[in-house]
Amino acid sequence: MHDLARADLKVGGFVLALGGLALWQAAEIPVSPLYGQVGPKAVPYGVAAVLALLGAGLVVQALRGGWSHTLEEVQDAAPTNWRALVLLGAGLLANVALIGPQGFCLAASVQFVLVAAAFGSSRMGRDAALALVLTLAVWFGFVMLLGVNIGAGLLEGSILRLLGQELP
Amino acid sequence: MSAWDGLALGFGHALTLSNLGWALLGCFLGTAVGVLPGIGPALTIALLLPITFQVEATGAFILFCGIFYGAMYGGSTTSILLNTPGESGSIITALEGAKMARNGRAGPALATAAIGSFVAGTIGTLGISFLGPVVVEFALKLGPAEYFSLMVLCFVTVSAVLGGSALRGLTSLAFGLLLGLVGIDLQTGQPRMTFGIPELLDGVNVVLVAVALFAVGETLFLAWRHNNQKAEVRPVGSIMMSRDDWKRSWKPWLRGSFLGFPFGVMPAGGTEMPTMLSYYAERKLVAPEHAAEFGTTGAIEGVAGPEAANNAAAAGILVPMLTLGLPTSATAAIMLSAFQSYGINPGPMLFEQQSALVWTLIASLYVANIMLVVLNLPLVGLWARILKIPQPQLYAGILVFATIGTYGISNSVIDLVLLYGIGVVAMFMRRFDFPTAPVVIGMILGPMAEQAMRQALTISQGDWGTFVTRPGSAALLVVALLALVGPRVWGAVRRG
Repeated sequence: MHDLARADLKVGGFVLALGGLALWQAAEIPVSPLYGQVGPKAVPYGVAAVLALLGAGLVVQALRGGWSHTLEEVQDAAPTNWRALVLLGAGLLANVALIGPQGFCLAASVQFVLVAAAFGSSRMGRDAALALVLTLAVWFGFVMLLGVNIGAGLLEGSILRLLGQELP
Repeated sequence: MSAWDGLALGFGHALTLSNLGWALLGCFLGTAVGVLPGIGPALTIALLLPITFQVEATGAFILFCGIFYGAMYGGSTTSILLNTPGESGSIITALEGAKMARNGRAGPALATAAIGSFVAGTIGTLGISFLGPVVVEFALKLGPAEYFSLMVLCFVTVSAVLGGSALRGLTSLAFGLLLGLVGIDLQTGQPRMTFGIPELLDGVNVVLVAVALFAVGETLFLAWRHNNQKAEVRPVGSIMMSRDDWKRSWKPWLRGSFLGFPFGVMPAGGTEMPTMLSYYAERKLVAPEHAAEFGTTGAIEGVAGPEAANNAAAAGILVPMLTLGLPTSATAAIMLSAFQSYGINPGPMLFEQQSALVWTLIASLYVANIMLVVLNLPLVGLWARILKIPQPQLYAGILVFATIGTYGISNSVIDLVLLYGIGVVAMFMRRFDFPTAPVVIGMILGPMAEQAMRQALTISQGDWGTFVTRPGSAALLVVALLALVGPRVWGAVRRG
């Protein structure tokens, strides 16, 4: 079996598994005895069954040779860039880890530097400076103009104090 | 209310200073995100959804529609100067437009795209003004059963008719429907598909899914295949069109407009098909002395026609959105969720209960079109400069916006984890050619379809036959079935 078809088979398997997972969750929905006509379970069962069927269809298609080999973009794709993916992944993880304790600006700035590095930027210092300015501008824009409630972290808090404002 | 009364009312409201300001801001933002590769109107409107808590509905929708129209204008700039389509409707424009740019004719290509967009946008908006009330008359006669069947038709056309494969399109749709099911069932109060996680009781947030699909997934996919190649931005040069350029453009503009608008109006919305058809039509109809320019030095007809078709189709998409509450593109689906966040039910009642809002919105579309042609012709150099933002900082910046848009929903790290999880799924969807728009449409339209279905079944006292015994509903289901199996049967017959 061709490599591309094997990748397609995995996708079909994933969709099939998702359908199975959905069927299990549909079965778990408690049914209220008060509701006679169409309960809360009918549509979830239907959607889950359709998803499982589509997954089975994709599996069959993959076994017959798959569809990836027909995609132009896949044929002339560059090889997987592991360095970029690892740096980008590190950026996302750093963001998740830091955003709670350190606040949005610092977490998103670390993410910015790592993502820019993933896409081939080599000037980390300049990226960091750019990131701090951008994240602060975005934070103030969203909090002040859009009224989004995002707690002030270390950096946001100290700047608010400098401006003599109360922490939101 | 007749279209004329409506327009008079609408222009009265639209020409106030604050509404003009919203339109200008929307046009500006929309052009910018249309120009930037990697972000589009759906993502931008999703990120700006919190504005619905701050600003009254009219202002917010004028802003959103400005972004929607503006992105169509901006997309052509990227296609022509960078040969990288900014959004799906501009793919065809890149064919001839980029070739014209390579031969030093970027200016006229940009000009014919902008003026063609203006012509088509105006024709499309006229279409909305006069067709909208007619569709509403018809829609008011629909009961829940017909509504449900109409939504089924919409599901089939957006996922199975467009795109590479019905199987993959329907899988995307089912994934979206599944996401829409997560949370408390509105009619019985039971938790569904939550895996017992309390954070999922409120459902999966639309903004989160849109950001995951359009920002995180796209960035991950680009990093996966990244090879440090820099795309070259072509210089704009003079944007003056010669007399010959005008002569060759005006017919394609009109043909593109009249081709694109009906495609947008039909539930089979989407801008890929009409732009493609317009391209082939212009290629066939071109004067023999210019035929050789197609595919070689770039023919201006091949930019003018598809660009007009693109904008007219985009305008057409607003007809089912405003009159029936049916979104047929990802952007329209996000706008629909904005209506919901105001507690406004889009659908036929919208024209009656919110007539001032609807007509102000439509009037603003005329205004936005004029603003956009002004913003895009003299200022095209500014937009070309935006294209020079280097890729590393551009994508890093997009993820900053993705983070704040998602984290701002409820300051929850779980949301971010979910964002990245769906983002990884979206990356693989991109690689394996699964369309993303049906996910958003399924997620937003799915709960509405379920509600209509359960209402219809309550009326029929549980008799599922109601969907096939009511003639309107049965007819819609037959059309949906034909759209699903018709192309395959036709293909099998032709192959014999």
